[in-house]
Amino acid sequence: MTFAPSHFTAVLLFASFASVVFGITQRSTTRAMVRYGLYCFAMFVAAVVAASWLMYFIRR
Amino acid sequence: MARSWLPWAAVSVTGLAGNEARRGAVYSNVMVAKAQVAGRGEAGTESGFAYLPLIAGWLVPGAGHALQKRWGRGALLFISITSMFVLGLLMQGKLYAPNAGDVLDMLGFAGDLGGGLLYILGRVFDLGHGAVQVATADYGTKFTVVAGLLNVIAAVDAHNIRVGRKA
Repeated sequence: MTFAPSHFTAVLLFASFASVVFGITQRSTTRAMVRYGLYCFAMFVAAVVAASWLMYFIRR
Repeated sequence: MARSWLPWAAVSVTGLAGNEARRGAVYSNVMVAKAQVAGRGEAGTESGFAYLPLIAGWLVPGAGHALQKRWGRGALLFISITSMFVLGLLMQGKLYAPNAGDVLDMLGFAGDLGGGLLYILGRVFDLGHGAVQVATADYGTKFTVVAGLLNVIAAVDAHNIRVGRKA
């Protein structure tokens, strides 16, 4: 049994799992955990999209 | 000039008044330190082995939090870290073995080892792939390593809760 996600799916999975752990471990209250987790997720995805466009323009 | 006979104090005494003031300052500092220690002790009121959540959390993701009755956090950590590790293996990721060769391989082993029982079971059942041949397998390798590192963060967080550094 294997799993072969697309690059973007792999990014979303990675960002989801890492954000959950960061949110729980880096904040104390439930509300702050959720906010920080969402912030980390957005930053992960935004950084990947920005890096992708940067590489696209470098290649052109 | 008189010098204190206490080797650990090593305080030069220039006069009686200064000596008394210095003693007072040292005494008050000691009292403050004791109060801080007592405060920490009160925060972590649970008895038993203080490093148990750290070790349990390392062996089984989220177990350190579950031991302290933080069921929701423990379950989320278990699901996240275990899923990441398992998906990494399903993506044909490589499990690093103990080695003394390339520095990156040694770091990869250190990261994988953070997975605790997940890594041990993976090695016992020979679940990891030896050579990375496709891009997905490279992602899988990173998934397993990062899952181990996240597990270490979670275990340390459980220890911090245990000793009262975190609510």
